[in-house]
Amino acid sequence: MKEKLSMLLQKKSVQITLFTLFIIVTSSALYFSQKSVVSFLLLLSSLLILYYMNLKVVTKWLIALGLLFILIPFASSGGPAFHSYMEVATMVGIYIAMALGLNIVVGMAGLLDLGFVAFFAVGAYSYSIFATSQASNFMPFGEYPLSGSTFWGFLIIGGIMAAIAGVLIGVPVLRVKGDYLAIVTLAFGEIIRIIFNNLDRPINFTNGAMGIASITPPNLFGLEIIYPNQYYFIVLFILLFTIFAVNRLEHSKIGRAWKAVRENEIAAQAMGIPLVKTKLLAFALGASFSGIMGVVFAAKQQFIDPTSFTLLESFTILVMVVLGGMGSVPGAILGAALVTILNLQVLTELTNWLNQLSLQGVITIPDALTPAKLQRFIFGVLLVIFAIYRTKGLIPAKNKKFDVEQIKERAQKKAAISNIGSNDTDRVQA
Amino acid sequence: MFQEMLQTLPQVIIDGLTLGSVYAVVALGYTMVYGILQLINFAHGEIFMTGAYIGTAVLLIILGMGFGSSIPSLLLLIIALVITALCTGLLGMGIERVAYRPVRRAPRLVALITAVGVSFILQDVVRIVAEILTGNYIVTGPSLFSKQITIPVSSFLSVFNDASLKVSFFIVLICAIGMMISLDFFVNKTKWGTAIRAVSMDRETAALMSINVNKVIAITFFIGSSLGGATGVLFAIQYGTIDPYIGFILGIKAFIAAVMGGIGNIRGAMFGGFLLGLIEMFASANLSLLTGGIFGAEYKDVFAFAILILVLLFKPEGLLGKAATEKV
Repeated sequence: MKEKLSMLLQKKSVQITLFTLFIIVTSSALYFSQKSVVSFLLLLSSLLILYYMNLKVVTKWLIALGLLFILIPFASSGGPAFHSYMEVATMVGIYIAMALGLNIVVGMAGLLDLGFVAFFAVGAYSYSIFATSQASNFMPFGEYPLSGSTFWGFLIIGGIMAAIAGVLIGVPVLRVKGDYLAIVTLAFGEIIRIIFNNLDRPINFTNGAMGIASITPPNLFGLEIIYPNQYYFIVLFILLFTIFAVNRLEHSKIGRAWKAVRENEIAAQAMGIPLVKTKLLAFALGASFSGIMGVVFAAKQQFIDPTSFTLLESFTILVMVVLGGMGSVPGAILGAALVTILNLQVLTELTNWLNQLSLQGVITIPDALTPAKLQRFIFGVLLVIFAIYRTKGLIPAKNKKFDVEQIKERAQKKAAISNIGSNDTDRVQA
Repeated sequence: MFQEMLQTLPQVIIDGLTLGSVYAVVALGYTMVYGILQLINFAHGEIFMTGAYIGTAVLLIILGMGFGSSIPSLLLLIIALVITALCTGLLGMGIERVAYRPVRRAPRLVALITAVGVSFILQDVVRIVAEILTGNYIVTGPSLFSKQITIPVSSFLSVFNDASLKVSFFIVLICAIGMMISLDFFVNKTKWGTAIRAVSMDRETAALMSINVNKVIAITFFIGSSLGGATGVLFAIQYGTIDPYIGFILGIKAFIAAVMGGIGNIRGAMFGGFLLGLIEMFASANLSLLTGGIFGAEYKDVFAFAILILVLLFKPEGLLGKAATEKV
C-alpha cells in the first residue's frame, strides 16, 4: 500500500494535480476567510512543495513567479488584513536577501561574521540621511530632503556603501584567523551601532538615539509608494535579482574559490587562489545585498533608529543561514522565511492565543514564558541542535554534479581523434 | 588639560582596578578553554552572569531565613562564593559534555555556532527563572560591604582629587587576586595542572602519555567556569544590580583582555584584564576631555574594541604571548 502510494506520488501528473488542488484550496481559503493565518502560511509553503516536485527547473520558476506575482497578492487581498499579510511577505523578502548575503560570507567562504547587521544599517542610514533634512546639517550644497525618485539610485548607492564598509571591515580583519574573525566582526557590528547611536554630536549626522523620522517615500513616475503591497513588488524584484546573482556567483570561478578557501586555506593558496582578494570579495558582495535591503527597509519603515540594528539581529540572520544549511542558496531562502514567519506571525499569534486563553481562565501562563519573549531561547536551541545533529541544515548544499561517464566519453573521443591524427603522421613517416 | 586628568587619576585607578580584576578572572576562563580546545567559549560570559544570579539568590535566601544578620558578612560571602563556584563549575562541565564534545572533531565554525547558541539559551533560561521567581528579571542583591570610604589623596598631594570607594572594592580585589594566585599555583605546580598544560600543548601526544584527555578538558571547564561564576558574585556585590544581559559584552571584553595578554597564557590574561580595566576607565573619564568634547564616555566600548583590533593587527600573539607559527 505504502509503496503504491509513493509510486503514485512520483508520477508527474499526480503531483501536478495534487499541487494545483492544494493551491486552489489554500488560496480560496485565504481569500474568503481573511483572518486565517494558517492558510496564508500554507499558501507560502506551496513554494517549498514546488521546489521538491519532479519538474523542469524552468517550469518550476515560471510557476513560482506566477504564484509570487499574481496569486499570493491576489489571494490575500480579500479583506482588511491584506496589508499585514503583505507586510509580513515584504519582511520575509528583506530577510531572505540578507540571509543570502550572509550565506556568501559564512556558508560559501566560511568566514563567521557576527556583525552582519552593520551593513544593513549602513544601507538604511545612507538613504535615510539624504531623504530627510538630516543631510543639510553637513552637506554644503544641494537641497534636502531629496525627492522620492532618488530612491532607485540609492538602491545602488546603498549597496555600494555597504560594500565599501565590508571592505573597510575586511581589510584589517582578514589578517586574523577563524575564531578571532568572529569576535572582530562582532566588535565591528557593535562599533557601528554605537557610532550611529552617538553621531548627533559634534555634527548631527544620524540624530543619535532619537532616530531619523519621516523619511521620504520612494516615487515611481509620480506614484508615491507607501503601501506594503507596493513594497512587496519592489522587494520581489530585488530578491529575484539577488537570487539570480547569487546563483551565478556560486557556480562561477569566484564561487569555487570561496568554497576552496572554506575547505582549506593553505591548499587553496597553493592552488593559486589569491586569499585576500577572494575573502574581500565575499565580504563586499555579501554586504552589498544587505545594504540594498537596508535602503528598502528604511523607506518602508519611514523611521529608523539604532535599536533596529542590534546584535540580536545579526544572530537572527545567522540562525537563518545555519537553519537552512550553510552554503546552500535554497536553504538560506527557506531558513530566512521560516525564522521571519516564526518571529512575526507564529510567535505573536501564539501569544495572542495564550492571552485569550488566560483571559478566559482556561490556563495561565506566567508572563516570563509568553512565546514572544522566548525568541532568544528558541534561537539558541535551534543553533545548538542544528550544529550538533544536522550540521548541513534543512536543505544541504549541493555541489554541481558532473556526469563522469559523459566526461569520460568526451575525453575518449578527443583521444581517439588525436590518435587518428597521430596514426596518420606515423603512416606518412613510414 | 593634563591637570584635570591628574585630578581624576586616583578615582580612575580605583575604578579601573575593580573592573580590571573582574575582567582578569573572567579572562582566565576564556584563555584556559582556548588554550586547551582552541575554541572561543562564548558561553563563558553567560556563566559569569549565571554566577551573579546564583550568588545573589544564595545571599537573599540566607538573609531571608532570619538568622542571617547574626552571621558575619564575610562568612556569608564565602558561603555564597563556594556554592556559586560549585554550581557554575558543574554547569560549565555540563555544557562541555552536551554542546562542545559532540562537535570537537567538526569544523571550527560549527563549534563557534554551538557556543553562541548555548549562550543564548543560558541568557533566556536565567531570565525566565528570575522573572518567575521575583517578577522582574533585573535583580538587586543585598547590600553587603557598602560602606563608603573616602581616601584623602588631596591632603598629601594637592594635584589629585579625593577618591571614594566602597569596602567591597577591597573584597573584590583580594578575592580576585587570591583566585588568580591559587589558579597559577594549581596550573604550574600540581599534577592535574601539568596535565592541563600537556593537553593544551598537544592533545594527541598527551593522550599517548596516558593522560585522560576528556577528563582534563572537563576539569578545565570546571575550573574556568567556577572562577567565572565566583567573579559574578563579586560583580553583583560591587555593582548591586544585575540583569541577564550583562554577561555577553562583559565576556567579550574579557576575551579582549585575554587576547591582549596573549591567548592561552594565564598570566597574560590576568595582566590584560587589569590593563583593559584601567584603560577603559581612563577612557571613560577623559575621552571627552582629550578630544575636546567630540567623543564622550559613551565611546568607551568602541575604545575597547579598537584595542582588540589594534592588538590583532600588530601583535596577534598578545603582549605576553609567544608567536606561534602555523604548521602545514
